Amino acid sequence: MVPRVARVRRRRHEGPNVWTLDIEADGLAQTTTMPGQFNMLTAFGVGEAPISVSGEPAQPGRLVHTIRAVGPVSRALANLGPGDAVGVRGPFGAGWPMTEAAARDVVILSGGLGLAPLRPALYHLMAERERGGRLVLLYGARSPEDILFRKELEAWRRRLDVEIEVTVDHAGPDWRGRVGIVTSLLDRARFEPSKTLAMVCGPEIMMRFSVAALRDAGVKSEAIYLSMERNMKCAIGLCGHCQLGTVFVCRDGPVFRFDKLAALLKYKEL
Amino acid sequence: MSGAVRGIEEIVREHPFFEGLLEPFGKLISGCARNVHFQHGAYIFREGDAIDQFYLIRQGHVALEINAPGRGAITFRTVQEDEIVGVSWLIPPYRWTYNARVVEFTRAIAIDASCLRGKCEADHDLGYEVMKRFMTVLIQQLHAAQVQILDVYGEQT
Repeated sequence: MVPRVARVRRRRHEGPNVWTLDIEADGLAQTTTMPGQFNMLTAFGVGEAPISVSGEPAQPGRLVHTIRAVGPVSRALANLGPGDAVGVRGPFGAGWPMTEAAARDVVILSGGLGLAPLRPALYHLMAERERGGRLVLLYGARSPEDILFRKELEAWRRRLDVEIEVTVDHAGPDWRGRVGIVTSLLDRARFEPSKTLAMVCGPEIMMRFSVAALRDAGVKSEAIYLSMERNMKCAIGLCGHCQLGTVFVCRDGPVFRFDKLAALLKYKEL
Repeated sequence: MSGAVRGIEEIVREHPFFEGLLEPFGKLISGCARNVHFQHGAYIFREGDAIDQFYLIRQGHVALEINAPGRGAITFRTVQEDEIVGVSWLIPPYRWTYNARVVEFTRAIAIDASCLRGKCEADHDLGYEVMKRFMTVLIQQLHAAQVQILDVYGEQT
């Protein structure tokens, strides 16, 4: 429960109020994380927040986290610079089903900052293309200026073995890409629904509609995975802040199979 | 002449929007249809124009935009091949409420709105087939607009 002290190696601006911290993690007990897991990061003197790992998994000595500065703790974390101390507890949680995804078509549907927790899964899947079926990334953002990891998306798009489509909710006249909600990208995506495993991450409203659209397209409920977000504090299933019905997001998630959560998501009180 | 009309009829019936359309209805609709194309940067129509026709997009990319004072034109949706532009031709006052700007060279089938309205009034079975298809598009667009209004990617504390 006590954070270990690490140092920020690099800080990169990703977009409006969004920063990625590259954290030097040599000496930390465990730095290998599974795609979809999170660490509790401490801005000393301010507080602690759960932040998903957003970098390449299995890179020893290095932790990468992408943070949107919206509250006092996240703002303090996002303002840390090279050499600054940051507390690290973790990694925690259940990650994306990388073993189940092997040899299947994988559709990744993400929106806004939701691409950050999915990026480690993308790195993993792209490294193992010869084993898998189709890989499709469908990403939605508010506007062209809000597209996360834009240069990386452009680089991935140049690969011949990954299908990437991006859309924004609104744009100015200089934008030559698509405008519309992210689920509209599913109509044109090429994948075999019966063989597909889907990973979905983004605002919860977007995830609900994405799941509905995936199911309408023929993807089975038990083949759809979501990364849930709730107010996580202890990260070890003790405090109850992140309880969602019968599960704890920090311990049983944040990645859940949709069919296991479907009944709980109907209750707006949760 | 009949060869050209038959070509249009095939194109209309092959367009995904009219998938499953019975041949007699395809003939009726294609009698109101013609091939059109637009260069990059052209406006197919502008906000406030009378709606003379709607469009089945065969190839290309069109931005639907609204001018906002102080902000310029804001694109709220783009339309690609196999999609359609225009549902307001169905009900008065038959006016476009946005601009359609061509982002990439676009080929389309333009269907004369007044012609098709007249045929739908005369043949209610045709009218029902047309309405069913447009209602699907309308509901999809309404849902998309609802989600866009929520600004789900906006900052949340």
